[in-house]
Amino acid sequence: MVSGNSIEVSNLTKRFGDFVAVGDVSFDVKEGEIFGFLGPNGSGKSTVIRMLCGLLDPTEGHATVAGYDIAKNPDDVKRNIGYMSQKFSLYEDLTIEQNLDFFAGIYKIPRARIAERKKYVIDVANLKGLEKRRPRELPGGLRQRLALATSILHEPKIVFLDEPTGGVDPISRRKFWDLIYALSESGITVFVTTHFLDEAEHCNNIGFLYFGKLIAYGSPKELKTKYMTQSILEVKASQPAEALTILGNESGWLDETSIFGNNIHISVDDVELAERNVRKLLTSNDITVLGIEEIEPSLEDIFIHLIDRENKKS
Amino acid sequence: MKGDAIDVEGLEKSFKGTKAVAGISLDVERGEMFALVGPDGAGKTTTIRMLCGILSADAGTARLLGFDVKKEPEQIKKRIGYLSQKFSLYTDLSIDENIEFFARINGVKDFRRRREELLEFTRLAPFRNRLADKLSGGMKQKLALACTLIHTPEIIFLDEPTTGVDPVTRRDFWKLLAELMKGGTTIFLTTPYLDEAERCTRVALIDRGEILACDVPEAIHSLLGQQVIEVSCSPARAALAVVSGDAVMREQFDDVQMFGERLDFVFTKMSAEEATAMIEKLFDDNDITIVDIRTKTPSLENVFISLMRDRTRRDATESGAETEEKQW
Repeated sequence: MVSGNSIEVSNLTKRFGDFVAVGDVSFDVKEGEIFGFLGPNGSGKSTVIRMLCGLLDPTEGHATVAGYDIAKNPDDVKRNIGYMSQKFSLYEDLTIEQNLDFFAGIYKIPRARIAERKKYVIDVANLKGLEKRRPRELPGGLRQRLALATSILHEPKIVFLDEPTGGVDPISRRKFWDLIYALSESGITVFVTTHFLDEAEHCNNIGFLYFGKLIAYGSPKELKTKYMTQSILEVKASQPAEALTILGNESGWLDETSIFGNNIHISVDDVELAERNVRKLLTSNDITVLGIEEIEPSLEDIFIHLIDRENKKS
Repeated sequence: MKGDAIDVEGLEKSFKGTKAVAGISLDVERGEMFALVGPDGAGKTTTIRMLCGILSADAGTARLLGFDVKKEPEQIKKRIGYLSQKFSLYTDLSIDENIEFFARINGVKDFRRRREELLEFTRLAPFRNRLADKLSGGMKQKLALACTLIHTPEIIFLDEPTTGVDPVTRRDFWKLLAELMKGGTTIFLTTPYLDEAERCTRVALIDRGEILACDVPEAIHSLLGQQVIEVSCSPARAALAVVSGDAVMREQFDDVQMFGERLDFVFTKMSAEEATAMIEKLFDDNDITIVDIRTKTPSLENVFISLMRDRTRRDATESGAETEEKQW
C-alpha cells in the first residue's frame, strides 16, 4: 500500500433505524501497528469491527481494510483478515495438528503451502511438541495462543482480536503479548479490543469509542499528555475512610475521589490550591496528612476523565 | 483485633487428587477490604466457597466473626453475603421484586426500608420497575450487589466481581465498595486484575493453591527489593532485541518488559544509577535513541511474575527437572 496504512476509516457511520450506533468515526491504522480499540460495553466497538471485517455495510462514510473497500469488496477484505475472540472455537476432540488441518481447509490454503504454514504458526505460538495434544488438555494461556495461531494460518495482513485475554495469569498474558509483538514485527497489523487498560499500554496507538463517537486517539503517552487537563494527587492520611468521606463531600476544586488501599486519589485542576485545601480540611478534622504526591494518571483515569467531559457536554 | 473478621488456618481442598487449595492461612480484620489475587485455576473460587460454607474443606479451619464455618453455619449465614461469579437474578422479575425475593429467602421480614436504602445506594431507584432482563450489564451487577446486601451482612464475599466488566462500570462498582467499607462492612474479594488489588487494604497473591505473599499493597511492591527503570526509546523493538541478546544484561536484570514504545527494566542487584548507566551505554553502542528514562515503583505485576517464576524454578529443581532457560 502506498499510504502505509492498513486500515483507513473516514466518516464511518452506522444507524439502526433512528439509533446511531457509530457516528462519523475516522482514524487510520498503520501497517504492522498494534492498535488498541477501547470503549465501554455498548459503545459501538463490535459494530465497527463487524463493518471492518466486511460483515456489515456502513450507512455512511467508507473504510478500506488491506487496501480493499469494505462495502465494495467485502470478500477481498475477508480473505485478508484473521479474527479471534474470547469465545474462540477450537475443536476439542481434534488434536492441535488436526485443528490446524481443519482450518487450513476452511481457509482454502493451497495444499503445497499447508505444511509450511502449520510449521510457522506452531513455531511462532511456541506450541512445538504439543501437536498431538487436544485443546482441552491445555491450560487457558496455551489455548489462547493456539486460537490466535489458527487465525493467522491463511497469512492475513490484519488480525482482529476481540477481547482475547480474559482470565489468564500474568505470565500467560505476557506470552500472549510476546506473540502479538512477534506478529506485528513480521508486518501483520493487530487490531485489538480489551477492557484491561493496563494491557492497552502495550499498543502503539489507541482509539477510544464512546456512544459511537471516537473521543480520543493517540499513543498511550500522547493520551496522557494531550487529553488529561487535570492532575491526580495521591493523599496518604491517618484515617483513610474518614478522609475519603470528608473529601467526597467537597466540590469545585476537586472532581473524582477514589480509594486505593490506604491512599486516596483525587483529580484536581489546581495542584497547589488542592494541597492547601486537603491539609486544611483533614487537619481540622483531626486526621494526620502523611503525604500528598502528584502521580501519573493511568489510562483508566484518562478515560474516566474523558467520559465525564463528554457527559457534561450532553 | 487480628483476624476478628476472617481467620483461616491450613485450609485444604482437593478435587480428584488435585490440590486446588494447598493449605492456606490468612486473617482479615473487621472493616478491611481484602483481595485474593491470582490467575484462573489458582484456587480463588474454591477458597471463597469454603469460607462461605458452600464447600467443605478437607483439612484446616476457618472462622468468620468468631464462628466456626463447619460447626456453626447458621450463625454465619445471616452475617455474611456472597456474590458468586455467575450470580443469578430472576430475569422475569423487576428490580424491586428481585430484592424482595432475596429478602424473603434470607428471612428479612421488614425489608422495605432496607430496599429503599439499597436502591438509593446503587442509584437503581429510577429503574425499580424494570425487569432484570432489560438491564445493562453494569446495572445487573449493581442489582446483584444490592440483593447480596439485603440482610445487612457484616462481611461480603465477592468472587471476581469485575471480570468482563468495562472500565466505566468497574469504576462505578469500586465506588460502591468504598462506600460499603466506609460503613464498616468487611469486604473479601477475588480478582485476576493486579491493578484492582492496589485498591484494597491488604492483598494475598495466590498461585496453584498456595499464598505467595500477603501484605498491604505498598509492602508487596517492595517485597523483593526490586526497582524499575522505564525507558522510552526508538526503535523500541530493536532495543528489546539488543537487550535480550546481551548475556550481561540478562544476568544483571531480573526482567525486561516491552510496552508499546517503552521498555521496563526490573532489577535488584545494583543501584538505579548503575542500571541507568548500563542501559544508556548499551543503547548508545547500538544506535538506539533514548527519549525518556526514569525510575518508578515496581507494579504488583512485576512482583507477581517474579514470585511465580521463582516458584516454578523451585518446583522444577525439587522434581529434578531441567529449569526453563531464563527468557523475557
